[in-house]
Amino acid sequence: MLTVKDLVLEREGRRILHGVNLAVNEGEIHAIIGPNGSGKSTLAYALMGCRGYEPTEGNIIFNDTDITKLSITERAKIGITLAWQEPARFEGLTVNNYLSLGKKNGVKEALEMVNLNPERYLNRSIETLSGGERKRVELASIVTLKPKLAILDEPDSGIDFVSLNDLLELMIELKKDTTVLLITHREEVAAISDRVTLLCDGYVVKDGTPSEVTKYFRDVCKVCPSEKYSEVRMEHEV
Amino acid sequence: MRFEGILKAYELSGGKPEDLRSKGTASLIVEGNKILDSNVVEGIIVEKEETETGVKVRIIVKKGQTIKKPIHLCFGVLPEEGLQEIISEITIEENASADIKACCTFPNARKVKHVMNAKFILERNSSLSYQETHFHGPYGGIEVIPKVRMIVNENSILKTNFSLITGRVGKLDIDYGVDAKKNSITEILTKVYGKDNDEIKIKEGIRLNGENARGVIKSRIAVKDNATSEVTNITEGNAPYTRGHVDCIEIIRDNAKTRAIPIVSVKNETAKVTHEAAIGTIDKKELETLMAHGLERDNAVNIIIEGILR
Repeated sequence: MLTVKDLVLEREGRRILHGVNLAVNEGEIHAIIGPNGSGKSTLAYALMGCRGYEPTEGNIIFNDTDITKLSITERAKIGITLAWQEPARFEGLTVNNYLSLGKKNGVKEALEMVNLNPERYLNRSIETLSGGERKRVELASIVTLKPKLAILDEPDSGIDFVSLNDLLELMIELKKDTTVLLITHREEVAAISDRVTLLCDGYVVKDGTPSEVTKYFRDVCKVCPSEKYSEVRMEHEV
Repeated sequence: MRFEGILKAYELSGGKPEDLRSKGTASLIVEGNKILDSNVVEGIIVEKEETETGVKVRIIVKKGQTIKKPIHLCFGVLPEEGLQEIISEITIEENASADIKACCTFPNARKVKHVMNAKFILERNSSLSYQETHFHGPYGGIEVIPKVRMIVNENSILKTNFSLITGRVGKLDIDYGVDAKKNSITEILTKVYGKDNDEIKIKEGIRLNGENARGVIKSRIAVKDNATSEVTNITEGNAPYTRGHVDCIEIIRDNAKTRAIPIVSVKNETAKVTHEAAIGTIDKKELETLMAHGLERDNAVNIIIEGILR
């Protein structure tokens, strides 16, 4: 469904993604894992077409169409969306207003799926929500939009331990209609994926099943100081 | 004809004409310098007088009275040209409370000037919610100059909400000043959307002169095309334990220009006044989030601005 070919991305003269290759199959949950600063969110923004994250080199192919030059709106219209790591505050916009934009599924049902009571939350202004509540609303928007491909940027950050199981269940529920590209640095979240890609210092260093890649992540990357990522990549290049 | 015309203009500005006609509701309808209708309910005194260029109005909410339904005021000029000068005084007596909804409508204005000189006096333990909604039509040929001096006495609560977000602004020059006494609470909210060559000038000041007085000034301004805005927010913490806050957001698009001038001062070591202002273009993340929902850029921008001005 999604193929990323030799993607290079530079920002302010610094190369952040170094020739990333990635293949995401339809109907799967594909996790991108890696330590902080490894380029995971940059990859997510580049795939969504965010301004300032235009690739320097390489291509993004979605369902056999090269979307590298398409705008965010054009990508959204062909079925790609992004849930942000830190969702916007949207002064004056209610949860209902937000979730109704481009919706294909019911707003109340979506809120229930992320364990927010519709009675309490539908008419709340987004700016008044806590960070965790905004995060849930952002996930609910994925349910209402029902995209072909959902890029979820660290959906687990800011969500407490008790809620993690709910989040994992939601991912599995989403998978029924949507291919999920899941950005995370938590192994237990990556564990529900069909495939995992490990990104270190802007390089893809490992690609495989969750157990293969998370073991590698644990054994190699977590003991590796950041300045050594490039050396690790050289030593363990896939 | 004139009465029907003003009702239609009132509706165009977002009001409900039935509110002005309801016998259980206090109301006053003025077109130009003509008082077209007025209705008084128990607990309120309304003194009104036509002048050469407008009206003089005095509204008193009597001591201890809580006026349950909003008091509706409608001021307008229907012709393309004209001058309307409103001199008003609103007094909320001790232990009284009222909610006033004022609508100023100038749907055909090409060369209209509307001047308001008002005084609000809130006596001890009283409260007033004053909402003023403007509609200036599509031409921008209007000059609106509201000047209001407000005294919020001990333990009283004043909330104002000025809104001019549909149609053109023309030239707007707001001057609000509040003298806040002991334990009072004041909230001033202003929302304006300028387009084309509209000129917006807003000066709002709360002087926290009584111990423990609280005040917030909130400005939400959006300007596009060649419109300009200048917002001056003044907050003074002049007495012990006073707390003031200014929250100003100005959004610009196209060739518009905007300026925020915060003036905060404290004259007592236990007082505290804070200020936050955000001036600039639309928040990138908000814009891209809506675009990721499939909205075109312009549509996303409109939704964000409407939200801020809501």
